Amino acid sequence: MDLSSINPILLLASLIVAATPLLLAAIGELVTERAGVLNLGVEGMMITGAICGFAIAVNTGSPVLGLLAAAIGGAVLSLLFAILTQFALANQVASGLALTLFGLGLSSLIGQGYQGVKPPAFPKPEIPLLSDIPVLGPIVFSHDFVVYLAFFLTLGVWAMLKYSRAGLILRAVGENHDAAHALGYKVVRIRVLAIMFGGACAGLGGAYISLIRVPQWTEGMTSGVGWIALALVVFASWKPWRVMLGAGLFGGVSVLQLNLQAAGVAIPVEYLAMSPYLITILVLVIMSADRSRAPASLGKGFHAGT
Amino acid sequence: MTGTLLSIRGLTKAYPGVVANNDVSFDIGVGEVHALLGENGAGKSTLVKMIYGLVKPDSGEMELHHLPFAPAEPSAARAAGVAMVFQHFSLFEALNVAENIALGMENPPKMGDLAARIRAVSDLYGLPLDPDRIVGDLSAGERQRVEIIRCLLQDPKLLIMDEPTSVLTPQEVDILFETLRKLSAEGTAILYISHKLEEIRTLCDNATILRLGQVVGTCIPRDSTAREMAEMMVGSSLHVPERSSGDIGPVRLQLNNLSAASSSEFGTTLKNISLEVHTGEVLGLGGVAGNGQDELLAVLSGETLTAAGAVVLDGQPIGNMGPVARRKLGLLTAPEERLGHAAAPDMSLTENALLTGAERQDLENRGFLKWGRAKEFAEEIIARFDVRTPGPGNAARALSGGNLQKFVIGREVLQRPEVLVVNQPTWGVDAAAAASIRQALLDLAAGGAAVVVISQDLDELMEISDRFGALNEGRLSDIRTAKGLTVDEIGLMMGGAHGMEVAHV
Repeated sequence: MDLSSINPILLLASLIVAATPLLLAAIGELVTERAGVLNLGVEGMMITGAICGFAIAVNTGSPVLGLLAAAIGGAVLSLLFAILTQFALANQVASGLALTLFGLGLSSLIGQGYQGVKPPAFPKPEIPLLSDIPVLGPIVFSHDFVVYLAFFLTLGVWAMLKYSRAGLILRAVGENHDAAHALGYKVVRIRVLAIMFGGACAGLGGAYISLIRVPQWTEGMTSGVGWIALALVVFASWKPWRVMLGAGLFGGVSVLQLNLQAAGVAIPVEYLAMSPYLITILVLVIMSADRSRAPASLGKGFHAGT
Repeated sequence: MTGTLLSIRGLTKAYPGVVANNDVSFDIGVGEVHALLGENGAGKSTLVKMIYGLVKPDSGEMELHHLPFAPAEPSAARAAGVAMVFQHFSLFEALNVAENIALGMENPPKMGDLAARIRAVSDLYGLPLDPDRIVGDLSAGERQRVEIIRCLLQDPKLLIMDEPTSVLTPQEVDILFETLRKLSAEGTAILYISHKLEEIRTLCDNATILRLGQVVGTCIPRDSTAREMAEMMVGSSLHVPERSSGDIGPVRLQLNNLSAASSSEFGTTLKNISLEVHTGEVLGLGGVAGNGQDELLAVLSGETLTAAGAVVLDGQPIGNMGPVARRKLGLLTAPEERLGHAAAPDMSLTENALLTGAERQDLENRGFLKWGRAKEFAEEIIARFDVRTPGPGNAARALSGGNLQKFVIGREVLQRPEVLVVNQPTWGVDAAAAASIRQALLDLAAGGAAVVVISQDLDELMEISDRFGALNEGRLSDIRTAKGLTVDEIGLMMGGAHGMEVAHV
């Protein structure tokens, strides 16, 4: 066992990369759930985004266009969920599960012929001056722009929910859709938009894995990150900063346990492999012991006539 | 102040199978307090929803200030100066007072400015309210203040109030009426919906009476008696429940220093409640909604368990027994919420009869159901309590509120309870059905059972109770003989004015 082989600076830098897809998917789902909609299809939307982004990036040679396509792909898939639950009044849990299964199948279909293909490299601009700061530079300021996008998205979602009128209306719809309707707010329209935002974020998160983190396409490559994102939103008590903390924690422990495995620590691999899940959930459960609770209308169908 | 503010001509709205409003016409003058009277289902709510832009009329027209008025949505109505205080509060429990008020405004100012304006208006009208409090922690009376202040901040020309006093103590009602009179003197017209006739006589200038969606009459409430108005609403003369004074016997049910925390986050904790109910007696428990009624029912039914000795039935401690064991011993309960608590909405009436009647009516045999007997039991309830439904196979959800209420009360009464506890037995039930439910409760007591009626309808409690007590913030007042209690005394038992003051200007 040689712990000195672990470079803490590299470890922290790769923590951020590991956390980004999870953060993107979770922050989108957070907005969806704050509007009162429980979309269990995050995994399906992520993997669809992953292959849409991959295919477009390979065919156009532009990874940025790929990311855009991933967001659109995720949003279009979530629109299917929106139509089922908001207009056809289908059960949200069943529709969400179906969406995941559908997304997994659809992505394998689109992905035929892309196995083993190498996507165009993602530009990684070094931020001048800032990236030269010792220690902090390589950890924080030498990533691709999606990492910063995810951070500012979290900041934006937090500020919108807390300070803006749009955020207040979104929370009101998630809290009591009947009262929001009585006051004249368009419950269904707001929810559809929230669902599509969630889909776009999940799609981006998926493409981050297939274009940047792993750079290749394999079937089912999101491997459960979508489910972690769902759990993260709940254990983070629907609060954006806690979601970011949870994503970082999960990413950090994932990277650390890989390093520990490589360093040959005398703990069975299985325990190391389950550690990110255990530690993240444990920390967030302890943190969510305060008074915060779920949006009161979460998962309930709304029909204006009733 | 004179002149017509709102003029309604021939409004009609039909839903599949029912005409909610048929050719309704009337006028409201500037600064007038206009009462809209009618039984449940008479079409009052549909009518005000059309004025507020929530429902589009099929035909007919409205004029506001002599200009055509057809609000496509509530924000258009609000912009035109129409504000509404809802019967079931349209508030968001997890948000604070200022956020709730901002949601009901078209162009809310910044949160800091809004909080200052809320403080100013609440002070002006004697409705104290802290803008930073979470609405879920407020009492029912305070929640209504939130709604009223939300309306007042928009300088309404017409204020619609849908059953505003059902959640208030008599003292709070007086203060509300002061506020409304002041508004009316300033030129704000008020459309006041209620079925409390004495209130309408004190407050309103004119009344329009609806029955089955049609205007059946108008009157000047000050010059009419409550009975005349009631008979116009119902369309026939009313039957008043009669009681044969049975003998008050030994104690059946006893609560000893009962304290219990609420199971819901925004609930009320019960504190040190002691009471006794005797054979042949009706004990009425009043109080404003949300002062521990639901929690008390849960403790009596066995949904909330307590120390064994806190609840005693016929000398036997039962506080730690669940609902099924208590039912076997003869303590039956009927909770307030019909759909979802007293009855399972999507199950048939037979199945619902089985759910509470299985033990006492012998409807099961070693875990297997006796469907035949269950159906007979359901049919008996339907026949004895005049439940209007095609048959026992119908889902509970398909019944109107009043009919389902007759069913859930009848289901318990026919199981020959030793002690029956009911919460809001006639809530949302029309006058004729309410009278028959009250009669059934009186007959049950006369037959030797002990009956506890929890209700927010003081007239009902005074009509049927032998003794009366009131719940206030989870505590029970002294229990006093109901006969001869004055409204003021009752109001003080319910907690007085809860810190409200008369308007300052």
